[in-house]
Amino acid sequence: MSTDTAAVTHTEHEHPSDAKYVQIAILLAALTAAEVSTYFVDIGPILIPALLVMMVVKFFYVAAWFMHLKFDSILFRRFFVAGLILATVVYCIALTAFEFWSKG
Amino acid sequence: MSEAIVTEAGEPARGDHDHGDHGTLTGISNNKLLMWVFLGSECLLFGGLISAYLINRSRFHTGPAPGDIFDIPFTSVSSFVLLMSSLTMVLALSALQRGDIRNNRIWLLTTALLGSLFIGGQVYEFTSFLREGLGYTTSPFSSAFFTLTGFHGIHVSVGIVMLMSLAISSYRGTLTQKNSETVEIVGLYWHFVDVVWIFIFTVIYLVPSPTS
Repeated sequence: MSTDTAAVTHTEHEHPSDAKYVQIAILLAALTAAEVSTYFVDIGPILIPALLVMMVVKFFYVAAWFMHLKFDSILFRRFFVAGLILATVVYCIALTAFEFWSKG
Repeated sequence: MSEAIVTEAGEPARGDHDHGDHGTLTGISNNKLLMWVFLGSECLLFGGLISAYLINRSRFHTGPAPGDIFDIPFTSVSSFVLLMSSLTMVLALSALQRGDIRNNRIWLLTTALLGSLFIGGQVYEFTSFLREGLGYTTSPFSSAFFTLTGFHGIHVSVGIVMLMSLAISSYRGTLTQKNSETVEIVGLYWHFVDVVWIFIFTVIYLVPSPTS
């Protein structure tokens, strides 16, 4: 109990400065530009892994910095990540049942 | 049965930061917690819609194929607009937390404007698809596509309504530094809508789609 409480009580801090938010937005814009460039430039078999990596990085930055998950209570992170993991597992099973991975 | 979360000193747990002190047993805002639980459940909703699209994206035999109809440059601009609205949303919150009401209003209205631009783009995209023969019931692909992107569009529209409500509250003088958490909660919803579009844009538009 005390461990959980410590996690709750030591997680809320000052939010970042506006300059930091602008820096994150520039990074997100650059990643979006890199994603879109794959539509015009053929990068071969690494296309889908590269797109997925950039998508996850963008997701992480928005959730961590703009949604303040990096600074807020760990309880928020747990609820959100629980939903995310549950959705991923359930729908990976559903896609497998529909033979999506083999037939597309 | 109703064991409360308490600190080692026996006091109810509270956050370090001022807005962490909500007088709740956990020390965190119940409203904010509720929004996070809601967003966790929304992951399941959009996960289902994205999966339904992936399963049906090759079933377009009665209409245009996704690879033939998507306009990636146009959708890229829409995506960029929505992404930047997340920046303006977080700047609106930051301004209110500093007590800067004027900039808070400006950023709230800018966010609503960017959201409206995104919705305008989506309406244009949908009507151009209809002109090219892709209706809601044309094929399993079209049904799954319109359902997924339509649900997202409805979420953005609800977000715009919430942003405008906040702006009206601000002009009435009822939105102040003290209740900045309201803006933070609406912001969480808005950022989530942006995060969902990050997934949709990559998985539906950028990952190569089947062509006819």
